[in-house]
Amino acid sequence: MDVTVPILILAIPLFMFLLLGLTGMKMSHKLAGTLGTLGMGTVLVLAYVTAFTYFFGGAPEFIDAAGNRLQYLVFDQTWLAFTQNLVIKIGFLLDPISAMMLVVITTISFMVHLYSLGYMRDHHGVYEHGFQRFYAFLSLFSFSMLGLVVAPNIFQMYIFWELVGASSYLLIGFYYRKPSAVSASKKAFIVTRFADLGFLIGILVLSYYTGTFNFTDFTSSAVAGMEGVTQVNIHTAEGILNIFQSSPAPMFMGASVLTWALVLIFMGGMGKSAMLPLHIWLPDAMEGPTPVSALIHAATMVVAGVYLVARLFPLYLMEESALMIITVVGALTALYAAMVACTQVDIKRVLAFSTISQIAFMMVSLGVARMDIHHGLGYMASMFHLFTHAMFKALLFLGAGALIHAIGSNDYTDMHGLRKYMPITHITFLIGCLAIAGIIPFSGFFSKDEILSSCLGNSTIAYVWMSAVAGLTAFYMFRLYYLIFWWKEHKVHEGHHAPHDQPWVMSLPLIILAVISCVAGFIPFGNLVSWNGVPYDFMAHFNWSVAAVSLVVAIAGIALATVMYRKENELPAKFKNAVPALWRWCHHRFYWDELYMFITHRIIFGCICRPLAWFDRHIIDGTMDSFATITNKASDAIKPLQSGQVQMYVWYYLIGALALGGITYICLL
Amino acid sequence: MEITAIYYLVPALIMFCCGVYGFITRKNMIAMLISLELMLNAVDINFAVFNRFLWPGQLEGMFFTLFAIAIAAAETALAIAIIINIFRAAKNIDVRSLNEMKF
Repeated sequence: MDVTVPILILAIPLFMFLLLGLTGMKMSHKLAGTLGTLGMGTVLVLAYVTAFTYFFGGAPEFIDAAGNRLQYLVFDQTWLAFTQNLVIKIGFLLDPISAMMLVVITTISFMVHLYSLGYMRDHHGVYEHGFQRFYAFLSLFSFSMLGLVVAPNIFQMYIFWELVGASSYLLIGFYYRKPSAVSASKKAFIVTRFADLGFLIGILVLSYYTGTFNFTDFTSSAVAGMEGVTQVNIHTAEGILNIFQSSPAPMFMGASVLTWALVLIFMGGMGKSAMLPLHIWLPDAMEGPTPVSALIHAATMVVAGVYLVARLFPLYLMEESALMIITVVGALTALYAAMVACTQVDIKRVLAFSTISQIAFMMVSLGVARMDIHHGLGYMASMFHLFTHAMFKALLFLGAGALIHAIGSNDYTDMHGLRKYMPITHITFLIGCLAIAGIIPFSGFFSKDEILSSCLGNSTIAYVWMSAVAGLTAFYMFRLYYLIFWWKEHKVHEGHHAPHDQPWVMSLPLIILAVISCVAGFIPFGNLVSWNGVPYDFMAHFNWSVAAVSLVVAIAGIALATVMYRKENELPAKFKNAVPALWRWCHHRFYWDELYMFITHRIIFGCICRPLAWFDRHIIDGTMDSFATITNKASDAIKPLQSGQVQMYVWYYLIGALALGGITYICLL
Repeated sequence: MEITAIYYLVPALIMFCCGVYGFITRKNMIAMLISLELMLNAVDINFAVFNRFLWPGQLEGMFFTLFAIAIAAAETALAIAIIINIFRAAKNIDVRSLNEMKF
């Protein structure tokens, strides 16, 4: 395959970042926005071409004679060669999930670029302060995210992983004059950095014991060690498996080093994907502009954790305990976030918690996937849900952005009854809600159903648990929908004009994403993506009873929401008063932020940092200060010797000369 | 009575000590300059005496003496010029009042 197109996919956003970042302030707002959007449009076309060539081109390097999809290294250049073994490469790996991610990222990113042309200006058409900077950062993010998904080795992935974190930080803090945005950006950066520490240690442990950074080496050799499984590709790294299966296997604190490495790497994924207990940054990240929330904090960056686990999935398959941890963390997060989402007032917060919950679905799906359960259906379901979720969640966020843009507030209490005023937003938002709730034939139905089938194949508890969360999802999404668009008539304030639909640059992305959300469920995903590259027809594994149950649960959730929130009534207040403690805990997000504040401020700052600061200020600084003070005092004491009286100096000289002469005389005697 | 080197050296030593005493105690800069000349001349005597008594056939000590006299003359001219300039600036030549250059 020609390397020009893949290089351009990475080079264009980087070039756009440099161009807009360095010369953007000299350009007009319109030119900068258009340039950024056109650049992203070009990348979109190139990525589609690449993905299409990979999936449907039928070239022998992409698909073997038996129809299995292969991992293909488009290029892999040595970047840093520390030693002969420790070589860091930069490359471009094309395989089913990276090709799929190319499509997802460029689609959402292009939609957001287009949408921001309308969103980042007020009703009088005046552009936001820093409009060019916004597009520069968007390009930087697109570059980093594309580099992350095509990384052929874990080190390149780590580099781009940090770059997306940095661009997320820059974009959350875009309104840097707002203190809440600044603290939110710091919080996001620090929490994910903390998680990345685990990721880095995991990388070091894994590569120390395997002697390689390459994904193809990890995964293919892990797969090759399992009998009766089709080998993914011809790359093999001898001895990796031997290390893990040698006896005695390397152990640390009662678990094998492989388990430790995988759990630590998953910790990095937990931070990026906002899993419990590292989820606290994501709701605050909503301080950024809404298109950024759609792009980074709903569709692409936050699923990087899922993508990471999927990348190393054949390794995770070797460690039952690591998968168990993923399942438990995912299941707890899914329920937690869904409960909290039922009580939030800020519509972006509701969507943020819904994102956390949906990512947890993907994590659970990976956690319950086994190669003997429907041919690893969970893996495919996770990737499928990633794809559909990216589309409908970006749609919901962009819809929320349109509402916020029209109303000027984030809270649904200022909205209510908007369906007549903003019909396009209303319809597209409804489609998004139906998709996330899992109503046939919208895309979320299919992907969520695969996940539930996979859960059922693994354990009944996981299935029941996740079905309940799915019902809750339908409930809170329709609660949000009814509170925004129904509940009561919208009150137009005196002197304000009535809210209305947005300009076409904002409507068009909504409509396109809504169409994708309607039809994406019919993509034969099993033919494209599977954990070992072997295509299969997932409809053969489609469990109609599971589908029927989940549909009933979803409809029950929607019905409950309809009863409670369609028209203004007393039911929500009654419900709130019936379980005041539960409501309060959910409303305060189970006090996680307060817990973190307690741990950081009281325990870490109070008990560790403050004594250390005292030691630094008094012992270390004190020692240095006393050196200075002694020197100062001594020089003060002897400086009168330099009196300016020349004859005194002659005296000193004479006495010194005589003393030296005397000493010499005594010594010579 | 034979005249030995010590007959020259003791007056030279006395001259030198007078020069040192004068240099330290006199406050007038002209007087200090005179004391300085006294010390120089004491040293010149020593040069001549040692040359005469230790190496009678040679003339290095004598040359040194002549050089030192010439240099002392030049140095005195310089010092007088400096003192005159100080007097113009400060209206006196008392060394105690010239204590600007201190800590």
